[in-house]
Amino acid sequence: MLSLEQIARVADLARLELTAEEAAALQQQLNGILAMVDAMASVDTSGVEPMSHPQQAMQRLRDDSVTEHDERAAFQAIAPAVEDGLYLVPKVIE
Amino acid sequence: MTRHFLGRVASAGAALNAFITIDEDKSLAQAKAADERIARGQAGPLTGIPIAHKDLFCAKGWLTTAGSKILGNFIPPYDSHVIAQFDRAGAVILGKANMDEFAMGSSNENSHFGPVKNPWDLAAVPGGSSGGSAAAVAARIAPAAPGTDTGGSIRQPASFTGVCGIRPTYGRVSRYGIVAFASSLDQAGALGKDAHDLAILLSTMAGYDERDSTCIDRPVDDYVANLGGGVKGLRIGVPREYFTKDLAPDVAAPIRAAIDELAKLGAKVVEVSLPNQHLSVPAYYVIAPAEASSNLARYDGVRYGYRAPDYTDLRDMYRKTRAQGFGPEVKRRTLIGTYVLSHGYYDAYYVKAQKIRRLIAGDFIAAFRDCDLIAGPAAPSVAYDLGSKATDPVQMYLGDLYTIPINLAGLPGLSIPCGFGARGRPVGLQLVGNYFDEARMLRAAHAFQQATDWHAKIPKGFE
Repeated sequence: MLSLEQIARVADLARLELTAEEAAALQQQLNGILAMVDAMASVDTSGVEPMSHPQQAMQRLRDDSVTEHDERAAFQAIAPAVEDGLYLVPKVIE
Repeated sequence: MTRHFLGRVASAGAALNAFITIDEDKSLAQAKAADERIARGQAGPLTGIPIAHKDLFCAKGWLTTAGSKILGNFIPPYDSHVIAQFDRAGAVILGKANMDEFAMGSSNENSHFGPVKNPWDLAAVPGGSSGGSAAAVAARIAPAAPGTDTGGSIRQPASFTGVCGIRPTYGRVSRYGIVAFASSLDQAGALGKDAHDLAILLSTMAGYDERDSTCIDRPVDDYVANLGGGVKGLRIGVPREYFTKDLAPDVAAPIRAAIDELAKLGAKVVEVSLPNQHLSVPAYYVIAPAEASSNLARYDGVRYGYRAPDYTDLRDMYRKTRAQGFGPEVKRRTLIGTYVLSHGYYDAYYVKAQKIRRLIAGDFIAAFRDCDLIAGPAAPSVAYDLGSKATDPVQMYLGDLYTIPINLAGLPGLSIPCGFGARGRPVGLQLVGNYFDEARMLRAAHAFQQATDWHAKIPKGFE
């Protein structure tokens, strides 16, 4: 069972601010989901290779050559805050 | 034709909320270009046909929200592969269709832009997450609509709205430019009024694209030319785990009748078994949220999309931007995903779910030794009422039990209308094929539709 402290910890990892009301509702909902998921626990999966992906093949490699064009202006036109070609965020180093 | 459908979206479609964005000028400019192409004698089957695109296909210059406030102002500077393929075919963008936020949902009630209504009954959900796409095709306010299917998001709304929908094999259609939800499960497909339309749509979308590293370099079958082969001698597998107390009787009856119809047409019905079927929903609701929490980490208010207006520092900006930008279901899945990937829980949940995923895929590999296609329901019930499951996520998740195993295995599946259940709400027959066996699935669906007329039924008020 997830405690409210664990909910707060996970929300912090996910960079998600929660109100006290949201956290209480999420605690109940997440514990409901985890209880449903716990059906997996009783299954014997020893020796089963985890399946991370439907395809067995190795990742394809491409030639080490430039394929993308410079579209900085187009990309930055839709950014919340830019200046001189740079993305602006609150100051992180004093 | 574009004018006709834009008119239908505004009149008959007004009650459905099936679209997030309509841009008449852009659509009509594309229609004009299509007319010129037709005049030059260079038309293909989709030239000039207006298409409703689920609002997670990035389309250059078109608002692309994925049903989320966090992308509420996002106008992509490029086209997704799917949009580019339709553009090459000369098709017109009719509009961007409403959907559950980031494709997370089974009822289309999770859209920031409001729920979509089911044209068969405005009190019912259309299914999700491609709810706007399905409702638009069902109401004949759009001729066709590509969608995406991560856990059933094409097949379940197709079933709920009485239209056809196909999710091809994982890797058949490029995911380039599709807003990502769970990358090992996401796959684009299409919704349309019959198997013939699905064949045309899939032919347009399928094929190799090097910009998606999971897109498979393999020739695309001629889906249209192969439609007419019939089902004589085809082995249809019916899993003994499908007809249980989880399946509503008003769905079971039309499904059984549809399987009998296929038998009458010459198919051989055999019993198969998918013993790990009941573990699909638990495994999926670990794997999909885990991948989602990782994919959605990119929404930080820095490069595009919504940014919270007030914050104290960078971390606070992230926390507030995401808190204000994401809806409740996206928050739930982000937190579940973060939890199951976190230190100390990774093996018990995430790795365990991946092992179960292997068992589920193995069930299908074994079943396909004894049959060519698997038939059953796409959903355990007909469409339910708006609001009736919105407060209980687990109840909503359990409704995905027939569609999710196919995504976990990476297989292709389709849903076609095969009758009506309680209160005149549609029922969909799901056909599942082996890897890259879309042509055979479409052939069986076409044979069924040559002998029946369920696919030709149109909801009252939308004729």
